[in-house]
Amino acid sequence: MRIEEHPILSFENEKRKKIKFIFDGKEYEGLEGDTIASALHAAGVKVLGHHYANNRPRGFYCAIGNCSSCLMTVDGEPNVRICVEELKEGMVVETQKGKGELK
Amino acid sequence: MITTEIAIIGGGPAGLSAAISAASLGAKVAILERDGRLGGQLIKQTHKFFGSEKQYASTRGFDIAKILEEEMEKYKDKIDIYTNATVLGLYEDGVLTIEHNKKYMKMKPEKIIVATGASEKFLSFPNNDLPGIYGAGAVQTLMNEYGVKPGNNVLMVGAGNIGLIVSYQLMQAGVRVKAIIDAAPQIGGYLVHASKVRRAGVPILVSHTIKRAHGKESVEGATIWQLDERWQPIEGTEKYLDVDVICISVGLSPLTEFLWQAGCEMKYIPELGGHVAIRDENLETSVNGIFIAGDVAGVEEASSAMVEGRLAGICAANSLGYGDDRFEELRRDYTEQLKSLRSGPVGAKIVSGLSKVTVKKQFA
Repeated sequence: MRIEEHPILSFENEKRKKIKFIFDGKEYEGLEGDTIASALHAAGVKVLGHHYANNRPRGFYCAIGNCSSCLMTVDGEPNVRICVEELKEGMVVETQKGKGELK
Repeated sequence: MITTEIAIIGGGPAGLSAAISAASLGAKVAILERDGRLGGQLIKQTHKFFGSEKQYASTRGFDIAKILEEEMEKYKDKIDIYTNATVLGLYEDGVLTIEHNKKYMKMKPEKIIVATGASEKFLSFPNNDLPGIYGAGAVQTLMNEYGVKPGNNVLMVGAGNIGLIVSYQLMQAGVRVKAIIDAAPQIGGYLVHASKVRRAGVPILVSHTIKRAHGKESVEGATIWQLDERWQPIEGTEKYLDVDVICISVGLSPLTEFLWQAGCEMKYIPELGGHVAIRDENLETSVNGIFIAGDVAGVEEASSAMVEGRLAGICAANSLGYGDDRFEELRRDYTEQLKSLRSGPVGAKIVSGLSKVTVKKQFA
């Protein structure tokens, strides 16, 4: 769900470079300048994980790196705040199970 | 170890203004910003600011960020900028530890200005943790920085300025706002913003709150209900709204972790959004050499944050011996600007809050 027309801002979506990444084993496409969260949201993914204890679904809340509601595993590193993590080509983004483990 | 005269934590409106004013008096400063770019939350502000010319009135927030960055260019030999730099802590010997570009870094400043801003408050109601329930500021970031819509139909909880402005920006992005509700019996934000969304057909329901959110994996709807004059919900007034996004806009609270850790004397002041540091008229806290500016000193608006930044900047610089010839004049000017920004009914609340945490004499 990208904004195509806007009275003040111009996002020039068609001019932005496409960035491919993997989310839970499936290939997705974001745009240059996206965070992982904005790319996932644009692709319709709102559920970013489930609470480690009560299994309730989790999405982002603050989008600026404060609240830690959006933690995911990125390229094997757990507990990445994906709302402030820039999307890069070939990134492997995974829903985190439990509290995440450092390998 | 890096040394500097003034370390500024936070590169938003207050921090950048502090850097400019401190450097303009001759001090050497370092800005530490945890994000990859400067500007803080100005970057997502597409609306035009109020205030007077001195606070960039009639200019859009993201343009103000550019103006501040250009102004910093004038002092580039005095200002070091560190982005992707998260301050981790302050040690007893005055050393700041920082994660910079994923590496550990140490810095020894002579003075510190804390301009860390604020974070969005939350609200308790059943199902309030469902994906699709976002801070209003988060939605603003998603739309105005990344060009992504949060959903199709929105319930806005809170009719303060942020709630009203973000509602309007949702419409500009092509998203429907089903209703704006506020538990208070009157609209909290400026009426000029309220009229704008009302003219566009969005109902603003005062004395209303959210009863619960509905949905399994994400928001599928919301039930709101009316409150009586004692703020108690009235049975039978429930209305169901078909929404996939609920925006929470119930205020901000200062991001004070660093101040607590540094041992600043803190006080809970509801008018200022939560716990804030006791400070003197030069914005210096109870810990010698630690100054505050912007929302971390008390939640207000970016206009006053920028003036506070300027004030903290010259005060920190002057405490190092810079700008004796211009200091008093500048200090009077910034103090007057703050006074005028805080006139009016919204400002009265701020002034009352500040009177409870501002001590007259400078700390020894």
